[in-house]
Amino acid sequence: MNKEKVIFAFFIVLAMTLNFGFFMGEIDNADHHNVYELYAALVVSLICTVMKFGDRTHLGALMLATSLVADLQLVVVAVIWGYAEQISASGMDDHMMASVVSLAGGALLSNVVSVILLVIETVQVRR
Amino acid sequence: MNNVFYLLMRRLRMPLISLIVIYSVSVLGFVLIPGEDDQGQVYRMDFFHAFYFVSFMGSTIGFGEIPYPFTSGQRMWAMLTIYSTVIAWLYGIGTMISIFQEPVFSRVRRRRRFAAQVAALNQPFYLVCGYGVTGSIVVGKLAQRDIHCVVVDIDAAQIDALEMDNLPLPMPCLAADASLPDVLDDAGLQHPQCIGVLALANRDTVNLSIAIASKLLMPKRMVVSRTEADVTTANLDSFGTDLIVDPFRAYAEYLSLSVQAPYMHLVYDWLLNPSHRPLSSAYQRTRGRWIICGYGRFGRALYSELSHDEVELVVIDKKAPQKNQLLDQVHGIGTEARTLQQAGVQGAVGIVAGTDNDADNLSIMMTARELNPQLLTVVRQNVHANRLVFQNSRADFIMEPGRIIANRIMAQIKTPLLPVFISRMIHHHDDAWAHTLLNRMSSVVGSQELDSWAFTVSERQTPALLVAMNEAKPVKLSLFLKDPHDRMKTLKAFPLLMRRGGELMLLPGELTLLQSGDEILFCGLSSAATRMEWTISNYNVLHYVMTGSDNSNNLLARWLYRRERK
Repeated sequence: MNKEKVIFAFFIVLAMTLNFGFFMGEIDNADHHNVYELYAALVVSLICTVMKFGDRTHLGALMLATSLVADLQLVVVAVIWGYAEQISASGMDDHMMASVVSLAGGALLSNVVSVILLVIETVQVRR
Repeated sequence: MNNVFYLLMRRLRMPLISLIVIYSVSVLGFVLIPGEDDQGQVYRMDFFHAFYFVSFMGSTIGFGEIPYPFTSGQRMWAMLTIYSTVIAWLYGIGTMISIFQEPVFSRVRRRRRFAAQVAALNQPFYLVCGYGVTGSIVVGKLAQRDIHCVVVDIDAAQIDALEMDNLPLPMPCLAADASLPDVLDDAGLQHPQCIGVLALANRDTVNLSIAIASKLLMPKRMVVSRTEADVTTANLDSFGTDLIVDPFRAYAEYLSLSVQAPYMHLVYDWLLNPSHRPLSSAYQRTRGRWIICGYGRFGRALYSELSHDEVELVVIDKKAPQKNQLLDQVHGIGTEARTLQQAGVQGAVGIVAGTDNDADNLSIMMTARELNPQLLTVVRQNVHANRLVFQNSRADFIMEPGRIIANRIMAQIKTPLLPVFISRMIHHHDDAWAHTLLNRMSSVVGSQELDSWAFTVSERQTPALLVAMNEAKPVKLSLFLKDPHDRMKTLKAFPLLMRRGGELMLLPGELTLLQSGDEILFCGLSSAATRMEWTISNYNVLHYVMTGSDNSNNLLARWLYRRERK
């Protein structure tokens, strides 16, 4: 067992599960989507990105790319959330909530791809 | 993406992760800890404000407590986070700086910069491996001729020396082991503009691997290698190395020539060495007894070379006479008068001080000269730094391996016809012929440096000549020798050799008609070479040289000229 691999896989899967947890629920219902969950998903996603730095393989490059996509989506989600709460006159309405959740859904998709790549990499190592 | 970036990212993983973790915990803390607004109500910071506060606090700007003054609980958390964020930043920045200072990192970066410089070269260049005595002479001379070089040397001190040498052209250089193929590849072995590889490293094995790599990857590229052992020479020769220079053998041949044919030896010397000796210095008294001190690599090469000539050889060596198995050997070093007298220095014509110790060599020469002032002296110089002493030693010949190799290689690079000419001269002509040639050379250049150059009659090298030939005008060899400034004057040069197909013509006559594909070797002043360049490449100049009329050659002028004639 490789300790590094455990930590690596842990964070990647965690990024996906947290993202999924936030995504679950009605798309425009603010009560179904917890802000702390989004926060955790964003932080874990950032850590995942850094952990993927410096891998020279082709698969490593792909994983870094998916992670960067997830980061981008989640950062946009956070910015929209902040805008809705602080700046927008109408506050967090159904429309804003829907776009927040759909963007998070996009991030979830790329996290799923990331996990699939992780599985592929593991399968490649026949040990 | 490049190696440097990967290395940076890999090393920065930990600092970046700790920064993210510390920031996220700090932000979360501010969100969770209850505060108080201006009405005394319980207030919870949201993520937006918490991130805002942590951001400016973390970078130690500090805008105060916002949006409401903090409670004690919030202040306690703020205190904790101030220290932890500062530590995280210091850790990250410190790691980054230490990476930049690390030798591994700077080596990787230098290698990358070197490879990029080489890849960007858009002019023909030579790849020089080894920047010792030979390498520095060759690179310096090539730079004078505006030819680029890429230099690789295993010793970083030599690369520093190159950077200090103030060459007229910027030369990409790298301190790395040239026997590794990937280093050679970065140095442009497979670059389309690379015209030759010069393997000039100190160790034969390194030169061998450079030559092999080059011949395998680029079979048609010229490879020049130095060698110090006959085994390596044979090995290099077996896979088609273009020029192999063994300094000891080369010098032995050179000396042997001076014994056999002093004038031919001078011709050779004038053509190959940049500074040549006066005509009067041809050695007349060369046959007789020669003493060779030191029977190492040099001594052996000299012995086998001179034993073909009609000279009597005596060897002085510190190894036991039974070991060397020579006809005539005196046991000793040769620095004492007694040993030299035993070898018969009084009746000898020449002495070769060829041990591998410079001090011994100088001592041998001085002692011998005291015993016999008429003696021809040949001194071997091993260490380049001893140059000053050797130059003032008044020895007749100074044998410095590095310089010999450099001259040989430069001759090959200047024009491959030159070695052809020399071997032809040595094998097919006698010393009287060489004497005539020498007189002719001397009348042309006087005491200035004799340069040599060659060109092929072709579209690329002599465009003007080809145009004239296509117009069916007869082009004679004498055309080259007319001064393009004033055709009544002749240039200070003359043709040495012409090669047409496989046929060689030594000293071709001036009325020889040229054909496309002819290769011609000239010698003379280097200023004549640049003038000649004008004649062969500019049609207007050629027209003037051929006809004497200095007309402008544009369409209008030609039309007017034709009308005038009608």
